[in-house]
Amino acid sequence: MNLLAILISSMLINNIVLMQFLGLCSFFGISTKMKSVVGMSFAVIVVILLAALITYPIYYYVLIPLDIKYIDTIAFILVIASLVQLTELVIKRVSHSLYKALGVYLPLIATNCAVLGVALTNVASPQTYIEALTFALGSGLGYALIIITFTAIRMRLDAIAVPKALKGMPIALVTAGLMALAFMGLAGII
Amino acid sequence: MTEVKKVPAKKVAVEDKEPSPWVTFTKGILKENGLFVMVLGMCPALAVTATFEGAFGMGILVMIVLTLTNISVSAIRKLVPNTVRIPSYVIIIATEVTILKMLVDAFAPALAQELGVFIALITVNCVVFGRAEAFASKNKVVLAALDGFGVALGFGLSLSIIGFVRELFGTGMIVLGKTLPLGFEYTIFQNLGLQKYAFSVLAQPPGAFLVIGFLLAGITAFRQRKGAKK
Repeated sequence: MNLLAILISSMLINNIVLMQFLGLCSFFGISTKMKSVVGMSFAVIVVILLAALITYPIYYYVLIPLDIKYIDTIAFILVIASLVQLTELVIKRVSHSLYKALGVYLPLIATNCAVLGVALTNVASPQTYIEALTFALGSGLGYALIIITFTAIRMRLDAIAVPKALKGMPIALVTAGLMALAFMGLAGII
Repeated sequence: MTEVKKVPAKKVAVEDKEPSPWVTFTKGILKENGLFVMVLGMCPALAVTATFEGAFGMGILVMIVLTLTNISVSAIRKLVPNTVRIPSYVIIIATEVTILKMLVDAFAPALAQELGVFIALITVNCVVFGRAEAFASKNKVVLAALDGFGVALGFGLSLSIIGFVRELFGTGMIVLGKTLPLGFEYTIFQNLGLQKYAFSVLAQPPGAFLVIGFLLAGITAFRQRKGAKK
């Protein structure tokens, strides 16, 4: 499959949040303040890419030759946890203001199922290293796109009158459902 | 995932130091229902509830993992230094999930097919994490086991309800025995003629958000009315 098709399909058509339901906890958890959402999306893109960069070779050059590919979940979660720690150190060193802005969300990426989900999906179906990286990039971008637009909508929802029972989480879910409906319409692009 | 965890931690602290086993068991089913009240563990709730059977199967898997995790975390709570407790939970849960995944692959291949990557993703399920951190790490093994089983029962029940609604209104019937290895295949509500009016989008991804959103709204409305009466 050509790379552009993979990028578009992972970003828009099979969007990681709306169609595959990965990373929903952070999606609903932090989508109230635009500033932290932008920082979080940036961090998620970086970590998803780095995780794909490392887990793919680990799977094909360590786990498969040793015939222990059944421990992929354990191996990947360890890689991701240490990766998040490492990213935290680097960001702290390079840009202290960004580190401050991300705050608690940085360590939370370790338990973001989007990261583990992409890493596992990447090795579940046979594809080349470049394809896997493109898929990871598209997924990360898709996450950023959705969470930023969703936050913008949700900030407006705060300001208008919503039926009492729908306030808060229910209306957020319904909004996400309508967004997912809209994104289903993109399925015809490829 | 972990940001919502603060809530149960506070609740446990406010409650009695040694809650009775029965209360520990039942509070997770309704009062502190992981999905509908705490809104934790959204990913599997949306992803695997397209069919009743998939949702039910996921509920059983989460039940096994959550009970085992609570037991092991509680058993080692005095051995593990506080600073490395989260990594140790991760290893415990990931190991259990790996074993479980191999068992499902072997004995219920259709279920493994249906749930896909979400079996492995129980590893990062926030309900499991939340209970390990908020309850099991502070309580005795028996209580932790009861708490884990209760919360998981509530979670599985919620999943099954969502799956039931989505499959019934999305396809017009409920198929049994197709994904779970029951040994028979049976379709209920087939003769109601609902298929003609099936709203197929409910069985597709957007329907997951809509169904859970409206179920949550219904529960909120019910609780508000109950609160108003008192």
